Amino acid sequence: MTTFSPDLANFSVRFDAPGKVTGAEKYAADYYGPDLVWAGVKRAGAAHARLKGIDCREAEKLPGILGILSHKDIRGTNRQGIIRRDQPVLVDDKVRYPGDAIALVLAENREALGRALGLIRVHLEPLPGVFDLEAALAEDAPLIHEHHPEGNVLLKGHLLRGEVREAFQHCAVLVEFVFQTPYQEHAYLETEAGWARMEPDGSLTLVASTQTPFRDCFEVAEALGLDRETIRLKVPACGGAFGGKDGITVQSLLALAALYCPGRPVKMWWDREESFTVSCKRHPARLYYRLGADSEGRFQALEARLHYDTGPYDHLGGAVMTLGLEHAGGPYRLPNIDLKAWAVYTNNPLSGPFRGFGVPQVNAALEQTIDLLARKLNLSPLEIRKRNAVVAGDQNAIGVHLTASTHLQECLAVLETHPLWTGKEAWKASAGPFKRRGVGLACVMHGQGYGPVVPDVATAKIELTGPGCFRIYSGVVDMGQGNSHTYLQIAGEILNQPQSRLEIVRPDTRETLPGGSASASRTTYTFGRALIEAAQELKQKIREKGAELFGAWDLEEVILMPSVVSHVPTGWKIPLSRIAGELAPEDCLAIHSFQAPIALDRPSPDPALQLHGLPHLIFSYGVHLAAVEVDELTGLVEVKKYLAVSDCGRIINPRIFEQQIQGGIAQGLGYALTEEFRVEQEKVLTRDLAAYILPTALDLPDMESVPVASFEPSGPLGLKGGGEIAVDGPLPAVANALAEACGIRLSQNPFTPERVLRALREQGV
Amino acid sequence: MKIRLSFRLNGNPIELETDAERRVVDLLREDFGFTGTKEACGSGECGACTILVEGESRLACLMRVGQLEGRSVLTIEGLSDGKHLHPVQQAFVEAGAVQCGFCTPGLILGTIDLLRRNPRPDREEIREGLSGNLCRCTGFQKIVDAVEKVVSSPAEGSDPCPVG
Ligand code: FES
Ligand code: FES
Repeated sequence: MTTFSPDLANFSVRFDAPGKVTGAEKYAADYYGPDLVWAGVKRAGAAHARLKGIDCREAEKLPGILGILSHKDIRGTNRQGIIRRDQPVLVDDKVRYPGDAIALVLAENREALGRALGLIRVHLEPLPGVFDLEAALAEDAPLIHEHHPEGNVLLKGHLLRGEVREAFQHCAVLVEFVFQTPYQEHAYLETEAGWARMEPDGSLTLVASTQTPFRDCFEVAEALGLDRETIRLKVPACGGAFGGKDGITVQSLLALAALYCPGRPVKMWWDREESFTVSCKRHPARLYYRLGADSEGRFQALEARLHYDTGPYDHLGGAVMTLGLEHAGGPYRLPNIDLKAWAVYTNNPLSGPFRGFGVPQVNAALEQTIDLLARKLNLSPLEIRKRNAVVAGDQNAIGVHLTASTHLQECLAVLETHPLWTGKEAWKASAGPFKRRGVGLACVMHGQGYGPVVPDVATAKIELTGPGCFRIYSGVVDMGQGNSHTYLQIAGEILNQPQSRLEIVRPDTRETLPGGSASASRTTYTFGRALIEAAQELKQKIREKGAELFGAWDLEEVILMPSVVSHVPTGWKIPLSRIAGELAPEDCLAIHSFQAPIALDRPSPDPALQLHGLPHLIFSYGVHLAAVEVDELTGLVEVKKYLAVSDCGRIINPRIFEQQIQGGIAQGLGYALTEEFRVEQEKVLTRDLAAYILPTALDLPDMESVPVASFEPSGPLGLKGGGEIAVDGPLPAVANALAEACGIRLSQNPFTPERVLRALREQGV
Repeated sequence: MKIRLSFRLNGNPIELETDAERRVVDLLREDFGFTGTKEACGSGECGACTILVEGESRLACLMRVGQLEGRSVLTIEGLSDGKHLHPVQQAFVEAGAVQCGFCTPGLILGTIDLLRRNPRPDREEIREGLSGNLCRCTGFQKIVDAVEKVVSSPAEGSDPCPVG
């Protein structure tokens, strides 16, 4: 591989790109092996039903079938989940959504596997289902989890600040807005996949496409009744995840399969339809907003009710809701708030983490409500945001003191002088016949990390290797976003080494140390800080050894250079390979942990909300602009230009940052315009990529990303998180642009041609 | 039904006996270990499994192995000579067009086919030419940049459209 690696000391080219463009890179789906066993799952296909029996007799008779396993073959708790363990590996009591796993089939080949799955008969006694958010909250609603103390409410939260009722009475203007968002499917290109083998020594090797290797081992061990120490999980390159692989997908099932055919490799790879049916999606939400301001447009009071449909299992649904609740008032000064949120169990598809984690929903409602208010006051959308946007030292809407870097006003100032803003009237006026144009804005903010209760810790290990190179052991997954390249860059900067002298060990629960999940815009921040400390410690050891060999008194005279240590006064150099040989093995290593700081404010005394992540201390900010053109004849909304101005702290690698921003915008534009995952009672109507419309190269504009020069003192080299924030802006920016273009405001996304055309017709266009 | 099959794969003559009904993507991945041919939809919608057959892009998830008889196939593994990247690969690396990389082999082979049909596409034509390949990570901008890069400075002496 090294022959392909262009050695650019400035780290502009990702180390993993050569392997990916040649097909040499291995993903979880790329593991095979002699004597391979294929494992597959019989799914329930029903939304709510009691399991009465499983008949595998016909299926078992097929040639090539090695075994069919049910919950009876599981020795552990048979339950998985992150906060509440409420999801069975294989259903033992009842079915709660069509994707529930009933039986696990092991086969010599995929043909036999497919046939066997078709021959398994599942006996179900149907139960009344719960498919609507509000119906699920009714007194007499059927219960999804009979033993959950709150009925169908997985979690609820309430934030109250100031005197809301009174404040509303004194408002000069008041607007109300209700918005509804559908499921969004992650649609990572690599569907859920993995590989497993029971080794002769009784240990279990797992390879999986996951964001959470260490946590997965805990869950698999508990669910299957295994000793966690016997499980080794390795994470190869990951073909996209976006939150969808934050939590168990294939892991427990694969491990169970491997237990039943020791020594043989087992592979599981969901096809697209299975992935669509089973995997978690962005929570559908219903959002009720009421916002009041004084006559100057200064926000005085906000009331919001947020309903999140979490589907059949917890799967971080409570945490998603909590982040939504925290962000419901956005990055604004808001002295009086009354915010309530519910995460509600239903028999709909599984909801869970998806880039943005509950924020895109609330931001869509809030930022549209703000535009409605601005219109009433005859203020420009920019002006109203400038008047309310937080600055460092403020308390944000929920009362958290903004002590970390806060540069939203700077973002707004950049936008104000940008040609897309200053030239917007001319651009709008030049629309062709039957076209209407509009330019919309939305502010964004995104908290990073886990919040106050769950420790946000990562441990980095770095090693000076025999040839005098540096090996970084990362326990944090890179699902494509490029964090591992940034780790190389950070270590390179500290150790003064070019990319070619650095390598990375991907997450492997035996080789690397726990680094937490690849989520919450935290990867580079938390692991990066740990890595800086570890690299500095190793550097110190190398310089000390150098000083000893040079016979130098003053450590300051010894510096680390690419591949050598050098004694400055004499110009002598010693290769790092020699240093590696001279150092004791334990001194060739440095290990360091870092725990992210937490907010001291407690906007709510509710320990459940704190456990689920409220509040955050560090936020990234930004403002997005979408310039759209609407075709009056077809209803098609096209985004012609897009601008994102972001405050994500110091940008360490501009190209990787841009990749993240552009990718996030693309996902947000899909959410705004085309992506609609449809279900009707028990039926998943969207089963493939022909029905689920992802934006293609033709549907997306060129997107401009402008970072403002900011610096977060607690961050590694000054950075803050940038993984999620870009997805929070496009939907409201497009909605606001659409409203500006033709005065229509739809009550739900995506803004498909049908919906837009209907609204235009109603308007008499 | 078993058939005897002979074709060229990345320049090498291949003869084998296999089930005629198998999909080409499975043959490549399982029998040859050429896992660079990715599967992401299995139904012709994403382009991740793109290969070149006689220099033209084809979806390996929709082809049956019998369709390869007597033809030449190029997969991503056969694109570079093992020492230097193909100019399209190089451009993807340099432009930052690669994130998770799962779509990348298909997009690169799709680009090569696009450039065969239209050696000097403009930005719109590039977008159109690649609209059959999905990518969930990049938003395509840097992919379009990469193709533009190849078009504006074609590497000397390299064959932009290898047949395999
Ligand atoms: S896998 Fe062949 S087109 Fe998607
Ligand atoms: S880079 Fe991940 S799908 Fe394209």
